[in-house]
Amino acid sequence: MSIDAHIQIDRGTFQLNARLELPARGVSAVFGPSGSGKTTLLRALAGLEPCPDSRIIVNGTPWQTPTKYLATHERPVGLVFQEPSLFEHLTVQANLDFGRQRVSKSAQTIPLDHSIELLEISPLLKRYPHQLSVGEQQRVAIARALAVCPEWLLLDEPLAAMDAARKREILPYLETLCRETDLPILYVSHSREEVARLADHLVVLDEGKVIANGPAIEILSNLALPLAREPNSAAIIETTVAGQDHTFGLTLLDFAGGQFQVTHHDLPVDTPVRLQVQANDVSLTLERPIHTSILNVFKAEVAEMAEAGPAHVLVKLTVGSNSDSDSTLLARITRKSAEQLALKPGLAVHAQIKSAALIN
Amino acid sequence: MNLQPEDWNALWITLKLAATSTIILIILGTPLAWWLSQTRFRGKFLIEAIVALPLVLPPTVLGFYLLVALGPNGPVGGFFKAIGGQPPVFSFEGLIIGSVIYSMPFVVQPLQDAFKSIGTRPLEVAATLRATPWDRFWFVAVPLARSGFVTAAVLGFAHTLGEFGVVLMIGGNIPGETQVVSIAIYDHVESLAYTQAHWVAGTLLVISFLLLVGVYAGNRKFRVWKP
Repeated sequence: MSIDAHIQIDRGTFQLNARLELPARGVSAVFGPSGSGKTTLLRALAGLEPCPDSRIIVNGTPWQTPTKYLATHERPVGLVFQEPSLFEHLTVQANLDFGRQRVSKSAQTIPLDHSIELLEISPLLKRYPHQLSVGEQQRVAIARALAVCPEWLLLDEPLAAMDAARKREILPYLETLCRETDLPILYVSHSREEVARLADHLVVLDEGKVIANGPAIEILSNLALPLAREPNSAAIIETTVAGQDHTFGLTLLDFAGGQFQVTHHDLPVDTPVRLQVQANDVSLTLERPIHTSILNVFKAEVAEMAEAGPAHVLVKLTVGSNSDSDSTLLARITRKSAEQLALKPGLAVHAQIKSAALIN
Repeated sequence: MNLQPEDWNALWITLKLAATSTIILIILGTPLAWWLSQTRFRGKFLIEAIVALPLVLPPTVLGFYLLVALGPNGPVGGFFKAIGGQPPVFSFEGLIIGSVIYSMPFVVQPLQDAFKSIGTRPLEVAATLRATPWDRFWFVAVPLARSGFVTAAVLGFAHTLGEFGVVLMIGGNIPGETQVVSIAIYDHVESLAYTQAHWVAGTLLVISFLLLVGVYAGNRKFRVWKP
């Protein structure tokens, strides 16, 4: 169960030549700057972009080979476009029913009520698209794509057409969707933040070529890739809730390198939580700092260093002794500090983490 | 009412001609307009030029060629004769053939524009929602192009109503058979029967106006979801 594809499209000025192998579970994200071919890639998977030279095999079924082309309406995908693109002449309910009634009863594996509830659109069912906000429209569009009970859900930058407030409105729904369905999702985005929050698996695309492909956590902190070099770059740490410190209103989170203390979140013990630590919020010392206001200080080892602009250096750190389950941190420090501390790969340091954010 | 029986006849023939032609035009024009709006065929401009030809041709030129083609020695008339029928010149059927060709651009162009303005997105969305090409056409393209259909029908009907030159060439002026209102008015004026001409012209004016009012009032309702 997977996507195995080699998509080749030559449009003269733009060439896409992407080899894709994606697991059939969790959220796979395709990340890349605008014009890198992400959307074309997704459209080719959906059968909307002619690509006779490509090969797309999904769960063992050929969707596209040099001799075969499965038409879009025959592919078991659900697609959400950048713009909600609801049918203007139909009510929300009729929009949901449009695809639903074209799917046989036996294939209706996802209850429509469940999608309606998940996206909280039941009060909107009788309205027409022009009576909804853009955010509501996009929620309906997601439910409409789920209504056809796809084997794959393809999301083409579903937040790109929205302002920051709308994004904050929709992201939680996407997170719930990703967490609560076992539907494999392919998510195209140029936003590092969305990818960090949602993706399990990550494909990085640049100028029509795949430059990285692997677990999201590894790729986000890979210094050789553009993701780690963005000004707001951050590392993701997988943790589990260990307990609450009621005296000080803190939540304790266990991870490979120790225990994080973050401001209170009402979560049961053992809940898996993703923590995002900005590279700018991590500072390094050679000796364990005492008398510091910073709660989260961990032993770490310098794994790798890379220049980041004229005055800064990005340091990739390994936290935790067990090499199987160690975590990675990124620290952005000045080149001057790095020189004064004589940082080099292999050196043991202490990482002071000023703040960490729970991202789902 | 001061309308004479032959005037009533002319009025009835005119309305019947316009209504029949409009229905045929919608039936023929819709697939043609859809094809023109979707195709990437290089020779598309040629088809578009042919469809638009009646816009620029003097009606008598079109009428003349139709007369030749539909007459007993023309290809169409000859075909009718060969299958044991009458050549359609100087008959109501001939008028319908002439009107359909003459009013074709007034139906095809608004439909083509309406289909084009839908854009590719709703059709792509429909395809991802399991709709076959036929489904997409009926349940997405046609409803979204609804106001285009109204415009096309109104223009097709109105243009046929006002037809003169083509009708004169291929229909002759047979009262009760091929005499339409525009020609009846012309006849009245020729014979200086101005009162009679007033009555016929006025009746046509009122009918046309009421028709348009009805259609546009209805169309406003269709547009509720349009910004």
